[in-house]
Amino acid sequence: MKVGIVGYGAYIPRYRIRVEDVARVWGHDAESIKSGLGILEKSVPSLDEDTATLAVEAARNALKRAKDVKPSEIGAVYVGSESHPYAVKPTAATVAEALGIVPNTTAADLEFACKAATAGIQACMGLVKGGYIKYGMSVGADTAQSAPGDALEYTASAGAAAYIIGGENLVAEIEDTFSYTQDVPDFWRREGAPYPRHGGRFTGEPAYFEHVIKASKGLMEKLGTNVSDYRYAVFHMPNGKFPLRAAKILGFTTEQVQPSLVVEKIGNTYSGSSLLGLAAVLDIAKAGERILLTSYGSGAGSDSFSIRVTDLIEERRNLAPSVRYYIERKEYIDYALYARSKCLYRG
Amino acid sequence: MSHIAPPAHWRRAKERYRLLGSKCESCGSTFFPPTKVCPKCRRKGKIVQTEFSGKGKIYSYTIIHSAPKMFEKYTPYILALVELEEGPKVMSQIVDCKPEEVKIGLNVEVCFRKLFEQDEEGVISYGFKFRPADDSWKGL
Repeated sequence: MKVGIVGYGAYIPRYRIRVEDVARVWGHDAESIKSGLGILEKSVPSLDEDTATLAVEAARNALKRAKDVKPSEIGAVYVGSESHPYAVKPTAATVAEALGIVPNTTAADLEFACKAATAGIQACMGLVKGGYIKYGMSVGADTAQSAPGDALEYTASAGAAAYIIGGENLVAEIEDTFSYTQDVPDFWRREGAPYPRHGGRFTGEPAYFEHVIKASKGLMEKLGTNVSDYRYAVFHMPNGKFPLRAAKILGFTTEQVQPSLVVEKIGNTYSGSSLLGLAAVLDIAKAGERILLTSYGSGAGSDSFSIRVTDLIEERRNLAPSVRYYIERKEYIDYALYARSKCLYRG
Repeated sequence: MSHIAPPAHWRRAKERYRLLGSKCESCGSTFFPPTKVCPKCRRKGKIVQTEFSGKGKIYSYTIIHSAPKMFEKYTPYILALVELEEGPKVMSQIVDCKPEEVKIGLNVEVCFRKLFEQDEEGVISYGFKFRPADDSWKGL
């Protein structure tokens, strides 16, 4: 039995702040940050947007593309995020309610830094293949937090991507998945702390690269594939530089990675990041093309997927807004408005 | 700030989340918020639940500068009567739109937002708001 993506949906809030506007406030050199991080601007949620609202918007877009799927047929809803609005009360139940998936469904919130939603996709794959559910949904959504003045303030942004997983009417088949997980203290937020902390340069070699490279290699070894079998490669995008370097280490060309690099214009959407990259690729990919997707979550782990696009993509992708539409739909705000929104939406 | 008990959030959640109203199958009238009895057909009416498309246009609006405590952080904001394509008029904030951009007759579409929250530790109420309709994605 095949398993794969029946529908996908993206959502990115309308507001943006430029690197220059953040750098000016803290006396940083904007040009060196832009070239160092590979980021020009990032998305900022409205005052009335949070992880639950972003997740619902993306999930509604996914349902539009999965036009044969009735909400009542979705037997599992997972929302991966590190900025769930409640410490206790599931975002997934809000998403299920807003889409009319309730009440005969299971739902849960997942947390694994930026990769919780790819873990959700794996859970859905298992439930679908095991015959327990017909369809499952996994949403990655975040309104990422960053301490004022911290390097993360240039990248931590907001966005969401939703995937409906099933066994028929696939726009893309998931051929296999492989994961790589270890306990690594590269990035964390303690209970009750408003902002995360990170290990600076330590977030690179032993964390991001170790896991992204090993998971991607593990998947290709398992399947007997190599980089030339994939038309596209999608990696988690904490900044604009890391995914390109990971691609180079693995032997992928810049051309294979470039179409998924949404980070330059919207920042790191955390749980939405690699899945928005995949959505951007599904927006343009042709039937038969293969995609390698590898997420990364601090703490640390990566889930890698081998995906093959089907004929159905052509008629389905235009049923909901593309990632490009959301990237281009924007309005700039300055740091004062940004600070007001950050301050207020934390309460 | 007045206290909003959890049942008050919960009771209206379905209609607010999904724009669920009611429809009389006898005369075709539509209602939001949902009604249990059709005021035209009375006992001959047959009321069923219906989910509205979320498309509509601004029937009238005002700009709120001085808001109740729970909405203070959104000022100035647009509060409008939106006439849904199915007929009912609903009151809602208009978002992703500047006060100077709003006008009567503007086509709008539903979106999902936070409506209000009790305080930092209270229940968050979510539901529909409307934003200017934008079909430009169909070409992208």
